[in-house]
Amino acid sequence: MRLAGWGNYPRIETRCLRARDSAETLAAIAANSSLIARGNGRAYGDAALNRQATLSMLPSDRVLAFDEATGRLTCQAGILLSDIIDLFLPRGWFVPVTPGTKFVTLGGMIAADVHGKNHHGAGSFGDHVESLDLALADGRVLRCSRRENPALFDATRGGMGLTGVILAATIPLIPVETAFIRQETLPADNLAATMDLFEASQGWTYSVAWIDCLAGGASLGRSLLYRGEHALRRDLRAQFSGDPLHPIAKRNHRIPIDFPAMALNRWTVRAFNEIYYRRARPGRALIDCDSFFYPLDAILEWNRIYGRAGFLQYQCVLPKPASLAGMTALLQRIAASGKGSFLAVLKLMGRQDGLLSFPLEGYTLALDFPADGQAFGLLNELDAIVADHGGRLYLAKDARGSAAMLRRGYPRLDEFRAIRHGVDPGGRFSSLQSQRLDL
Amino acid sequence: MTGKSSTVLIVGAASDIGRALAREYAKAGASLILAARRVERLAPDAEDLKLRHGTTVRLAECDLLDLAGHERFLDTLGEPPDIALCVVGLLGQQQAAEADAAAADLIMRSNYNAPALLLNAVAARMERRGSGHIVGISSVAGDRGRASNYVYGSAKAGFTAFLSGLRNRLAGKGVAVLTVKPGFVDTRMTEGMALPPLLTAKPIEVAQAVRRAQERGRDVLYVRPIWRVIMLVIRLLPEGLFKRMRI
Repeated sequence: MRLAGWGNYPRIETRCLRARDSAETLAAIAANSSLIARGNGRAYGDAALNRQATLSMLPSDRVLAFDEATGRLTCQAGILLSDIIDLFLPRGWFVPVTPGTKFVTLGGMIAADVHGKNHHGAGSFGDHVESLDLALADGRVLRCSRRENPALFDATRGGMGLTGVILAATIPLIPVETAFIRQETLPADNLAATMDLFEASQGWTYSVAWIDCLAGGASLGRSLLYRGEHALRRDLRAQFSGDPLHPIAKRNHRIPIDFPAMALNRWTVRAFNEIYYRRARPGRALIDCDSFFYPLDAILEWNRIYGRAGFLQYQCVLPKPASLAGMTALLQRIAASGKGSFLAVLKLMGRQDGLLSFPLEGYTLALDFPADGQAFGLLNELDAIVADHGGRLYLAKDARGSAAMLRRGYPRLDEFRAIRHGVDPGGRFSSLQSQRLDL
Repeated sequence: MTGKSSTVLIVGAASDIGRALAREYAKAGASLILAARRVERLAPDAEDLKLRHGTTVRLAECDLLDLAGHERFLDTLGEPPDIALCVVGLLGQQQAAEADAAAADLIMRSNYNAPALLLNAVAARMERRGSGHIVGISSVAGDRGRASNYVYGSAKAGFTAFLSGLRNRLAGKGVAVLTVKPGFVDTRMTEGMALPPLLTAKPIEVAQAVRRAQERGRDVLYVRPIWRVIMLVIRLLPEGLFKRMRI
């Protein structure tokens, strides 16, 4: 069948298998000399695609254990984050780290070592994983944690599914009093002001900025910075009489068709950005978790606005000392191209020390481009700027980067490759991405 | 109908639709009895349902093809369930069934004799009590016999007719009977087939539609409404034309 990542580029023909439990996972591993596990297909590019066999873990989605006293949760890898939140937020628990969509699987979050708006304080998702069960190429299943098989544990968190298939994992949930976030919105006139605001917000649990990537000149890097804390019961206004852990369900909207290629152009995108910036209401608000963490999830299949050709998501991170100069160069190049996206996101990250984990202490920028010929050229230029400033690209977003660029950005790549080779010398687990980037 | 107190029996609980039905009814607060062959492999599912929804789950061994065992199986359950869902079925291989009577016989028994006789025994117990819901998962394949799957289709046609008669018999006696024709569903049964996305339902979609229809006391459910139209057209084709078609 035809399969693609969330960006709808590339789209390939593959055999899609399904794993309902570990027995079916092990059978699929034994029966295929080349395969890759896939979660909910929210990696944007080709990370969860293999031409011979792509193994969907979605049916392996059982909750295996939950400790009501400590919040420790063990689930099979295919469970969706949305399921975890729906089940446990009403009981007063939330995940320690969440990416910007809840339609991802537990296994996918570990494999991509995802981060969230609290990375500067909480680290990546993988930092919170206590243990995981990994099915290896030779059919063994190993429990991995900081004590058991620690090297394999390190290589699997952020390892893009290349060390084996994650069957199950244990994570600690964090207690929350309400399903709401106390949010502050602050406008910043330019990039330096945005970065100052991030520094001033280091004490906040969550922070992120929407950045107008089409604004140039004195307004280059103008942003809206959002910062938030889990609301306490006493933060809820008196007029809120419902259950603090049950926000009112909102309606989802679905993009019903692939938009024609015409729909997105520099004028519509510029108009959107202008309106978005002007409509913003600086100040304080109490908003539900969904609106704070997953604004795009309310528009199901929003990827279809980029049409059949798909789109490329570009996310890079630059070390903090090089961030102002590097981001300025990137934003100037993007503004000049007129190809900027609706939602460009800037965030200050904290330290991270994984082998292939994306975060490093500095600023990350994420934006998307329609997958047309011009975009590929532009992104190659952006790659050069990122590399020159000591930055790297996020594998979960990538569909087109080069092996040389990857190697420059990830100095621990050879450590990763050695561990991977140790457990999978024949290279049974591989994706289009791992082949392209020589991971 | 599915209050905290309802008990729901799912026969064929290890199937993809069975698993989805268990999730759907557990979410609605029902207590579950999951029945299957080699039922011990459902232990992780039972634990999952308890942890997700705090419901009670019982596992019950049941080999549906052992017709003589049906009454004994129902006896072990004690009080009849409020809702009994039968999700068993075997697509089999049409060409093998054409050549091998044993293969055809297995398809016929799995899709007709076994589920019909079990639900018949359940119906008798519900009728005595004067209340209950029976749900049989039949198939659009039973709406008209076609070259590509008529052995399976004929058994499903029998099952559909059986459910229709059962519904007729129990009308006014407090027992409702729902016939479900899912159309294409993305399950183990259809894995590897190239199915048109617009006509193909996910198991959870089937489960939600079944619970809605059962609670409203509906009689016949086509999960995606388009299937009602498609099968109407297929049924209306004159036999002289239909026999030459390959659909």
